[in-house]
Amino acid sequence: MSFLKLSASTLAIATISATTAAARDNVQVAGSSTVLPYASIIAEFFGENSDFPTPVVESGGSSAGLKRFCEGVGENTIDIANASRAIRDSEIATCAENGVTDIVEVRIGYDGIVFASDINGAEFAYTPSDWFLALAAELPVDGAMVANPNTSWSEANADLPSQPIIAFIPGTKHGTREVFEEKVLLQGCEDTGAFEAFMAINGGDEDAAESSCMAVRADGLSVDIDGDYTETLARIEADNNGIGVFGLSFYENNTDKLQVATMSDVVPSTESISTGEYPVSRPLYFYIKAQHVGTIPGLQEYASFFVADELAGPDGPLAAYGLVSDPELAATQEAVANLTTMGN
Amino acid sequence: MTDLSASKSGSLLTEDKRTAKRNAAEKRFRAYGLGAILLACLMLVLLLISIVTNGASSFKQTYMAFPVTVSQEEFDAAEGSILKTGAYNKMLQSALMDYLVANDLLGDATEDDVKNMISGEAAADVRRMLLANADVIGTEIDFSLLANGRIDGYFKGRVTRETAALDTKITAAQLDLADRMTEDGSMVTRFNWSFFTNPDASVQRPEAAGLGVAILGSLYMMAVVLCLALPIGVAASIYLEEFAKKNWVTDVIEVNIANLAAVPSIVYGILGLAIFINFAELHQSSPLVGGLVLTLMTLPTIIISTRASLKSIPPSIRDAALGVGASKMQSVFHHVLPLAAPGILTGTIIGLAQALGETAPLLLIGMVAFVKEYPAAYSSELGLFGEASTALPVQIFNWTTRSDPAFVERASGAIITLLIFLLMMNALAIFLRKKFERRW
Repeated sequence: MSFLKLSASTLAIATISATTAAARDNVQVAGSSTVLPYASIIAEFFGENSDFPTPVVESGGSSAGLKRFCEGVGENTIDIANASRAIRDSEIATCAENGVTDIVEVRIGYDGIVFASDINGAEFAYTPSDWFLALAAELPVDGAMVANPNTSWSEANADLPSQPIIAFIPGTKHGTREVFEEKVLLQGCEDTGAFEAFMAINGGDEDAAESSCMAVRADGLSVDIDGDYTETLARIEADNNGIGVFGLSFYENNTDKLQVATMSDVVPSTESISTGEYPVSRPLYFYIKAQHVGTIPGLQEYASFFVADELAGPDGPLAAYGLVSDPELAATQEAVANLTTMGN
Repeated sequence: MTDLSASKSGSLLTEDKRTAKRNAAEKRFRAYGLGAILLACLMLVLLLISIVTNGASSFKQTYMAFPVTVSQEEFDAAEGSILKTGAYNKMLQSALMDYLVANDLLGDATEDDVKNMISGEAAADVRRMLLANADVIGTEIDFSLLANGRIDGYFKGRVTRETAALDTKITAAQLDLADRMTEDGSMVTRFNWSFFTNPDASVQRPEAAGLGVAILGSLYMMAVVLCLALPIGVAASIYLEEFAKKNWVTDVIEVNIANLAAVPSIVYGILGLAIFINFAELHQSSPLVGGLVLTLMTLPTIIISTRASLKSIPPSIRDAALGVGASKMQSVFHHVLPLAAPGILTGTIIGLAQALGETAPLLLIGMVAFVKEYPAAYSSELGLFGEASTALPVQIFNWTTRSDPAFVERASGAIITLLIFLLMMNALAIFLRKKFERRW
């Protein structure tokens, strides 16, 4: 009967195609959604400027990307992991367990994190202390922990407009959250002197004081956004009092809807970030599985193309999109050319 | 009893209290029903309006036409550099500048303004064209090239003079220039065929992004689903319905199939990741894996609808066939199955439509990716449907997360495209049912 034959033959085809796993000819990349735009710009240029096919770039987050990167060596694993933070020792250990021993770390540049609000709203000039006082779960008052009483920005800092506090900050699955906690909340905590107060309350336990500094209030005035910056933008458009945390490149693409706040009186821009004046920035990386070089065509070529002056340099397309180029790019180029693995 | 006699008294024509109450209850119920339908329609209309107003403009695209001459030296120099398309881009920029000056269109636009009018994709188009036709090098060629996404947005109402004043990526002088070029005829907005054929493009080139790879990927997956789910589903249903003994084992199977139909689709994605990618070592992001996962998801739907249509064939047909000496199998394949075919087809098409719009399981098997190469149906290295691709619903998801506002328009355009595909499939299902359905 015809469809019995059909089903038998399709099953046969499926099994055959399952067994013919041979060399794939494109580079596979996965990881951070912050690095994704840059990686896709490079992949596009690489595809149209070389004889190699355009690499396939997936997102999914730094941790998820590194997890897949460390799954093992072979054509069925990814060749490059993008990350908005450096690889952790535990991840290197997992990698080594699974046979991924030769990892090349490539720092592509720096990414600024900016605070922006609705274009028609009030202007803000923040310091890290303002954010700590506005978002901390508990504040130290006379040697005791009390729930954060501040509900408007002017209560956190009298110089700020008396606008209700509604903050849209990246959720904990984002690498950006880590930077926000360390460079804004913890900094603010130390600047206001709350850190010492927390230390005193906790009997000198530094870790406990740090986690108190980075604990974010859960009474609805701070909202974790687990989606992308487009979601944060939509939330601000719906609630004009909202202040959101964005990547610099996202803000630069939406300057008709958002106005950016200064941090410690510095306007965020690729210039102020590259000089280090603007405090909230972090390096972006990708990691190459050096064991795949030679097996996967175009892998090393893609990596060296990525960090070439014409692309990752200050006049390249990445800088035009908002990447702050790395002043030590030459060293990175050399590391990619020699495939200098980590730990060597 | 007194109550009963009381209600019976009086004329039938005058409404007594209880009748009035019952009538009022019925009127209320009708009002609720009508209200529910109106509410549903209102939501649907709002959804459609928002999608169409956002997305209709993605079916049009702004192009600009001007002559470009690429000399042999320029060609060689460009091909010798690392960023070849960057070199072509510079040639295009100076050619556009020359054209504007020669035709007295420049006005108060600065050199930077002119440079940013052209899409980054234009240089890649020119390079492809020159590599394919080496004989045009050195001659004057009239190119029709993509304009920058912001300029394109100006002709679609997405970018206005007000937003341009605040936007750092576009200047008022560029908009004036665009107006002058439109009058001159060197800038035109026309139907955007490349939206359906182009592959995806990076965040810097929303104007070049298209659904080509996504449509191809969805097509491959639907082919896999059709070739696997239909025969397996029909064979399983025929066996269960016509041959299997009715006992507790078949009951358990039946309950499980009904349950599977209600399992959240992401579960199939997790299963697919574990079985097809990690165990069977099929390729990440490939339409084959996507198709297999969607097959698992669609099977229960097809089995349930096939069994229902087999059940609806009257037993007299089977009895008559058996009566004239047909075997059980002959009675099923010669008589029951052809009569049940319209119902099976309808169920299959609806199952396919469901699979076409499914996103969640595809997220887990790596189909949410930036894929620029058209996937081949067969390659000697990667086998059948083994090359990386995306699919329509994940392409929509992908575009909604991009920073350039032009991608909102593209995503809405892709939703319209997907809705049209779904509408066509459902219309086909209704047509087949109406045409071939038999009632007893």
